[in-house]
Formats: sequence, C-alpha cells, structure tokens
Amino acid sequence: MSNLNKIKSILVEKTLKLDCGKEISNFPLAYETYGNLNAKKDNAILIFHALTGDQYASGINPITKKDGWWNYAVGSGKSFDTDKFFVICANVIGGCMGSYGPGTIDPLTNKPIGTNFPVITINDMVNAQYNLLDYFKIEKLFAVAGGSMGGMQVLQFVSNFPNKARVALPIACTASHSAQNIAFNELGRQAIMSDSNWKEGLYNEKSTNPDKGLAVARMAAHITYLSKQGLQEKFGRNLQERSDLKFGFDADFQIESYLRYQGSVFVDRFDANSYLYITRAMDYFDLTKQFGGNLSKAFKDTKTKFFIISFTSDWLYPTSENKDIVIALNAIGADVGFVEIRTDKGHDSFLLNVPDFLSTIKNYLNTTYSNINESRI
Amino acid sequence: MKVEFKVISKFIEEKSRVLDVGCGDGILMEYLSKNKVVNVRGLEISKEKVKKCLSKGLAVIEGNAENDLKQFPDLSFDYVILSQTLQAFMSPEKVIENLLRVGKKVIVTIPNFGHWKVRLDLLFKGEMPVTKNLPYQWYNTPNLHMCTIQDFYNFCNNKSINIYKTISLNGEKISHITTSNLKYKNLISELGIFLLEK
Repeated sequence: MSNLNKIKSILVEKTLKLDCGKEISNFPLAYETYGNLNAKKDNAILIFHALTGDQYASGINPITKKDGWWNYAVGSGKSFDTDKFFVICANVIGGCMGSYGPGTIDPLTNKPIGTNFPVITINDMVNAQYNLLDYFKIEKLFAVAGGSMGGMQVLQFVSNFPNKARVALPIACTASHSAQNIAFNELGRQAIMSDSNWKEGLYNEKSTNPDKGLAVARMAAHITYLSKQGLQEKFGRNLQERSDLKFGFDADFQIESYLRYQGSVFVDRFDANSYLYITRAMDYFDLTKQFGGNLSKAFKDTKTKFFIISFTSDWLYPTSENKDIVIALNAIGADVGFVEIRTDKGHDSFLLNVPDFLSTIKNYLNTTYSNINESRI
Repeated sequence: MKVEFKVISKFIEEKSRVLDVGCGDGILMEYLSKNKVVNVRGLEISKEKVKKCLSKGLAVIEGNAENDLKQFPDLSFDYVILSQTLQAFMSPEKVIENLLRVGKKVIVTIPNFGHWKVRLDLLFKGEMPVTKNLPYQWYNTPNLHMCTIQDFYNFCNNKSINIYKTISLNGEKISHITTSNLKYKNLISELGIFLLEK
C-alpha cells in the first residue's frame, strides 16, 4: 500500500463521545469526492459504504487499482450522476483506508492501536462523518444513501440529524441487526480470532497476518451475499478445470475455487481487526431499541423524503426487515417510497449491474432534485 | 387524463392529505400534487408501476391493500382513493372497512356490472359479459367480486356508511346519482364514483 499518501482526509479536532463512553479527538477521517459542489451548495450527496467498502465509491480505487465499489451507481450519467451532484464518501471510523481505525499508528507507542481501539457503533460512524458537512460548509445535503451497513448509517444519520438531508435512500438494510446476521458476523470473527497469526490483535507488531482466518470470514460472508438460485445458475455442480472428481479436498467444484479466490483477494485489501470492529458495530445496531422499541420515534422530527429499496433474493436483509422501516415511517406520516426489486443476485444486488434498480434511483433523484428547485421559485 | 380522475380530483379539497390505493402509474397522484397542492401517497401492487411512480419522485410504496393498509394510522389521510380495484380483492368488505379507518373520506370507483350491455350479454348470449371496462374472460379475470352500483349502494346502507355523493360516468358523460334515479343510472352507467364517510 505505497499509495497511502494519495488518500484525502480531514483531521477531526472536535471531541467525539463514543457510545462505549470513551472520547476521541484529533482523529483522521479519510474521504473522496466526485463531481462538483455547486454555488448554492444544494447538490451534495453523502454516500455511506458497507462492511468492506471504503471512500472510493467510483472510478479506480488508487490503492487497490480496482474499480470503485459502487461504480455501477456513481459516476457521470449514472444513478448518482456526478455531472449533476457532488458525491462525498468517507471511510468509516474503524475502517482501514485512512480513517481512524485499529490499524492507525498510536503516536504514544508508535505501534498500531490494534485491539486497544474502542468498540465503535454505527452511531459513532455517522457522528464522525457529520464533520464533513462542516468541512465543506454544507448546510443541508441533497441526499444520504447507502446499502447494507451503508443503509444503517443512512437511518442513523436521519435520526441524528432530522433536518440535514432532503432525501434518504436506505437500501437492502435493517433497523435492527437480526440474530442470523449476528451469527454470521460471529462466525467471521471467530475465524479471524482463532487464526494463530491473529496474536490477540497484535499481529502488526509481530509481523504476521491472520490471512487464513480473514479469508475464511470473507468466504462465509460472501455466501450470505448471494442467493441460492444465483449460485446454482452461475456454478451449479460445475467442476474446476477438471473432468472428474479427484477424491480429495482440493477445489473440485467451481464454487469452491471461486470462494477461495474471493477470500485470497480480500486479505490483500482488508485489515482483520477492522473486520472485527466493523462487524461488531453492525451487530450492535438496533435503532428500534435506541428509541424504546418504537422505530417511528427515531424519525419523528424528520422532513426527509425516504426511498427504501429491497431485493427479492436478499435473505440477509430481507424485504420484511426493509418493510418494517417503511411501516414505521408510514405510522408517522413521513414521506416514503418503497419498492422490492426482482433479481436473483442476492444481497449483493445493490453493488451489481441491476438495471431496474440503477435506473429507478437515477430517475428518482433527478426528478426530486428538480422538483425541489421548482418549488423554491 | 381520464374523466374518472377529473371527477375524483374535484372531490378533493386543496392542501389535504391523500392516499391513492392502487395508484397505478401515478397519473392521478401527479395531477393532484401539481394542481391541488396536496400531500399525496400511493400504494400499488405492481412492481413495474411502482418503479414508474418512484421514477417520477412520487411517494409510492409497493404493497397490497389487503395486507398493507393496516400500517397506516386511523384517520391519517383526509381522502383515500380506490379506483376500480375493489372487485379484485379477496375481501372487499374488509378493505372498505380499512379505507374508512385510514381516511376521513373515501372515494371508491366501481365498474358497474348493472350496465345494460352487461345485462344483455348474459340475457341474450348466456355468456359472462366482456366489455371495455371488464375486458376479461371468466377464466382469467382478476375480478373476484363484481357488483352493480345498486349493490354497492345497498352495501353502504347496510353498513351504515354515509354516501355523500355518487357520480355516474357513461363514456365522457358525467351525472349525479340520487335515490330517485338510482335504478335508471344503474342501467346506463359504466362507472359509479362514490364519496363515502364512516
């Protein structure tokens, strides 16, 4: 990672009180922007990334040299049209792409913070990113958007700052992380922590890396992002570069080889401790509980226009959980649109080329942006 | 815009909150939000139509009136509109009850099974009627509970639902239905539009 100096970041000087009780200040928050902020500063969209994302939503990620994670959606003429909108995306705190996280070097010890990093929450992530509005002197965002953990941040953002975004797009997410979600995250964490190279989180100091554990965590998680039908259609029982079963434990099947590959490329770009911290933040997310069991109360003061999207084949954040958010918003008469997009691509659909999904967002944002401008005249 | 929608929009006072149940492509919603400055929401079962509505920036949620009306609080809308879909529900009775719970006023449009062409089809051909407003065959129709204007009128009376206004549509022709002309209008109307209150 020799290109780390290319990462843009702000230094958040203000003290941020975390949910765990600890306070942090003077911490870095890495971000990237696409498009231009107009003179009225009314065209900014803050995009929140998911578990393994980063600030490089579009174009080529300068660190990994791969496409930005939301390249299908963010860019010139795309759903989040950067010819029209100013898109900001930050790396969450706890992450490993330049923001304050377990990999950050502690100036006191000159060593990575590791597991001395405080346990953070979705609320903490959102509060940290709010500093970007001050930095860019944006009074009100046009939109906040994100899928999966990004969607959770959208919900938390609108709840914390009810008058700071005109439009909210929580996609394929939930207001309350389910037992099944926690279970899968725990599986990933256990895979990492039981890798002998994890060294109680001090692997950086000991120049080891829990690659195997992190790869297994990724493999397990990756299965949850796909649908059974999608897997069956793409791989079936096809064999990997062989004509017969080998009666061993090599990757006989294409699906095995695919998962192994997904695991191996992931460890090159992601930090194991970040994986622990971010999955924990997701598990702790329960906006309903934050408001005494009544999710509607989370949004009671909001004038934000919501557009919620789920996918038919997403069993990780199923339509029913997305609909619970719709129901809570309807109960207080909030402005909410909702559609379930038909696709066999599973939870990952929001990251992939799903034309219905991409075009509906594009039209929704463009129309809403011009309606807002018309009604101001 | 359809004559039916013109009649419906005349019923609606400015600056009111409206829920359009089965809002389709959102044509009525768009008209209302542009011309009546109302706060208008939609519920629609077809994904394709919901996507069209959302593409226009309309606040429409994908859902089915039989399951999804219950999420709206009591009297949370000034008007709830149900245009030509009552006959397609498993339980029209429960849907009407829910509409009256959610809306202070309810506007219901029904395709009239009492229209003379329908009656003649059955009388002379001895076949289930297929008309412009009811274009399906008996084996593929989504319409489970057809009724006549008279039937719906009786239903409201039996349920003690107040009927404020009833409009007859016959092609482009709009006329009022009253107790004295009900039998006749039931014969010549293609559509009946009812303005109801609990």
